[in-house]
Amino acid sequence: MRGQGPVSWLREHVIALIAALVFQYMLLPNVVVILFSFNKPNGRFNYEWTKFSVDAWLHPCAAPGMCQSLALSLRIGLLATIGATVLGTLVAFALARHRFRGRSGTNLLIFLPMATPEVVMGSSLLTLFVGLGLPLGTNTILIAHIMFCMSFVVVTVKARISGLDARLEQAAMDLYANERQTFMRVTLPLVAPGIAAAALLSFSLSFDDYIITNFNASSSSVTFPMFIWGAASRGTPVQINVIGTMMFVLALAAVGGAQLVSGRRKRA
Amino acid sequence: MSAVAHGGATTSVAPGAGGPPPDAAAEKTGRRWTPYLLLLPGMLWLAIFFAVPMVFLASTSLQTGSLEQGYVLTFHFQTYVDALQSYWPQFLRSFGYAATATIAGALIGYPLAYAIAFKSGKWKNFLLVLVIAPFFTSFLIRTLAWQTILSNSSPVVKFFQVTGLMDVLQFLGLTSNDQLMASKFAVIAGLTYNFLPFMVLPLYASLERLDPRLLEAAGDLYASPFTGFRKITFPLSLPGLVAGTLLTFIPAAGDYINSKLLGSTNTTMIGQVIDGQFLRVLDYPTAAALSFVLMLSIVLLVSIYVRRAGTEELV
Repeated sequence: MRGQGPVSWLREHVIALIAALVFQYMLLPNVVVILFSFNKPNGRFNYEWTKFSVDAWLHPCAAPGMCQSLALSLRIGLLATIGATVLGTLVAFALARHRFRGRSGTNLLIFLPMATPEVVMGSSLLTLFVGLGLPLGTNTILIAHIMFCMSFVVVTVKARISGLDARLEQAAMDLYANERQTFMRVTLPLVAPGIAAAALLSFSLSFDDYIITNFNASSSSVTFPMFIWGAASRGTPVQINVIGTMMFVLALAAVGGAQLVSGRRKRA
Repeated sequence: MSAVAHGGATTSVAPGAGGPPPDAAAEKTGRRWTPYLLLLPGMLWLAIFFAVPMVFLASTSLQTGSLEQGYVLTFHFQTYVDALQSYWPQFLRSFGYAATATIAGALIGYPLAYAIAFKSGKWKNFLLVLVIAPFFTSFLIRTLAWQTILSNSSPVVKFFQVTGLMDVLQFLGLTSNDQLMASKFAVIAGLTYNFLPFMVLPLYASLERLDPRLLEAAGDLYASPFTGFRKITFPLSLPGLVAGTLLTFIPAAGDYINSKLLGSTNTTMIGQVIDGQFLRVLDYPTAAALSFVLMLSIVLLVSIYVRRAGTEELV
């Protein structure tokens, strides 16, 4: 009798219930960000719900300096993504497809940046730039971003290459494709989703980075995270929440679209 | 099913009917330099902008002088002694917070990863997206949202007060003055939250790879589900757990965004000190020494942990 009531139901579903609670914990801030993008706060800070308003959505660039910082972050994110994806993809091919001397050393140099705290990476780069007399600004931020995004690109693309079915390339060769044709028509298209995922990851890492960027930026190169950090003490415009909401929705749509495309391809 | 397909693949490829072209030796000479050419640009970038800066950091920590008059390398090790004497509480606090957040992350991340891997059915992809979804919004914006969630007028604080959780936290010394904001609890909860996906994803990856037939076999041999979990699922998920704890602990120990935005002056972490010494106080040697010590202690802790996790002791 005891095993059939609510107790056993609970035992069956306890993991699902915990998972649901954890999801709530994970998504709560996103809900708050969306909700408070429709707030009309009284003071400079947007912490307490006052009144529903779509003002911030109608005038997203009304917060002084915010859209400039957003534009800078987008530009840096784009350039850093291109740089890190090109460099990282080449390295990934070398590691996944070739046996060569110094391979384990290469793997170590790829792994270390991911295992180093950001504050150490940022501050060590600062000592380099100061030591060499390089002026801080957009260029130094870009150098730093390409550096820390690259390892993630290598790992992501390498996993994709290793997961490829070697028989597909062998089949192409059997059908008299030369190496170049095999690479362009078979290998690269198969690796492309991995490269795309790596590029997206790079962009979001670059776009979201505060700690490293702050060490290598100047007062004239304020990125979006730096703007938010400043706003946290000066006053948080509602427009920050609008941008946060837009990022969330756009990314969800992109992921949903990708899922749809890949799902359809799998079925075909 | 994939295992079966894989087995078939090996047998069909083994005879080598269509393998690489026969003139492999000739190609080999042409290819010898290919990997190095592929590596060169990326590795140069990492060497110049990751490895060399570490040397600059070490050198800066042993210099004396000032930013205006320039620094000279004098091997002044006293900087390390002074820096540690002044800031050891922030060091200890950082490692304590990071360790607590890592353990909390493992405790709540494990059931989540388990549920996604084994109980989600056709919702699996959707739930995985939900795990990374918080990432889509800038994490500074989300941390600011935590200020709202933990502020005194929020329902969360009311809930903690009504259920008596607040008293428990107060008893544990994690909060003070009957509020959540600007407390240890807020900082640790923020750290746990920010790095949770780094715990869940590797755990999920290792659980997903687990062959369900092993559990079926355990059941056939009269193991209870709990014994099956203890003897099969958990040990096989250890690589994921180790990866997850490292991916959480390392960035959490260096982070200072949570302690700055959700904490108070009593919760300052070492990253904040390094940031301040470099960018406000402009005492480069002290800042570099602190940064170097942070990295060395993390390397030390991690290597001890990895070595121990590699043996049966952890299992």
